[in-house]
Amino acid sequence: MKTSEEIYNILKEKFGEEVILNLNTTEPIDAIIEVNPSKINEVSKFLRDSEELKFDTLMLLSGVDDANGTKVKDENEIETIQGGTLSVYYHCHSMEIGHKVALRVATPRENPQVQTVERIWRTADWHEREAFDMFGIKFLNHHDLRRILMPDDWGERYPLRKDYVDPEYYNGIKIPY
Amino acid sequence: MGLLDKEFNDGNIVITKTEDLLNWARLSSLWQLTFGLACCAIEMMAASASHYDLDRFGIMPRPSPRQADVIIVSGTVTLKMASRVKRLYEQMPDPKYVVSMGSCSNSGGPYWNYGYHVLKGVDRVIPVDVFVPGCPPRPEALIEGLLKLQEKIRHEKLTKQTA
Ligand code: SF4
Repeated sequence: MKTSEEIYNILKEKFGEEVILNLNTTEPIDAIIEVNPSKINEVSKFLRDSEELKFDTLMLLSGVDDANGTKVKDENEIETIQGGTLSVYYHCHSMEIGHKVALRVATPRENPQVQTVERIWRTADWHEREAFDMFGIKFLNHHDLRRILMPDDWGERYPLRKDYVDPEYYNGIKIPY
Repeated sequence: MGLLDKEFNDGNIVITKTEDLLNWARLSSLWQLTFGLACCAIEMMAASASHYDLDRFGIMPRPSPRQADVIIVSGTVTLKMASRVKRLYEQMPDPKYVVSMGSCSNSGGPYWNYGYHVLKGVDRVIPVDVFVPGCPPRPEALIEGLLKLQEKIRHEKLTKQTA
């Protein structure tokens, strides 16, 4: 069993400061290791294959809108967020050793791109599609990055973003109440 | 309904109006489309099962829209599902009836304001005969709704479609 601090130190030794950015211990439950989004696949592979870590399960992969950009209002009083980041959180568990770790990658809101971990943990396949569907985060090298819940013809709209506004109509059906 | 009021004494012959006969036949064998959408569907299944026994009203599930007379929209209709519900409705032969069951399908229910994916009332895509309120409506409420539908069918006119 390793604590998040120990895992953080192992990762930092292996990948260096550019990839393993910092350890956030201010959250109440899990300490969160922040990782560079273009290297998350390599870090994940190491987490899974390393003899002392053996993270064989990805429990959860979820997108989050940090909404930390500047809020801009247009002439119709509709608020959009510009700049800032969207994040993806990874919660891994080792069945064999019994320890857990949480990772986070942050990617710019205007062009959110993260390396896929779909081939490392197969669970990630649909979870990444969901994060793409709800937040528009693009997972590079994902073999089948389509919407998973919303209709295919929904367009470039991502409903869980904080500045999302319902369209008036979808295929001739009025949407607002 | 008085169908048997004017029975002849020697049996085997019943006199009635065509309208009454057709309405009686229709309302006594309302076959519903086997189709459920969300939590409300559980109550609908409970209504069909032995405790409430919808079969005693002649209402039983049919697996194909071609054989169904009534579609019970039981649950949350998402925008993605809306076109499918409409297609199922269109595939049913006339005369056909729609019961909207539960707040979701009546008006969007708990998702009326922030549900980005929910259709705010199934009557935006298909015409509804009876709305059953509740979240979910108890089987008794659904049965009440179906009895109301039977009432509606009983007063249909051959010359004018009222339901
Ligand atoms: S009305 Fe309530 S019980 Fe019925 S589908 Fe909606 S949320 Fe579920």
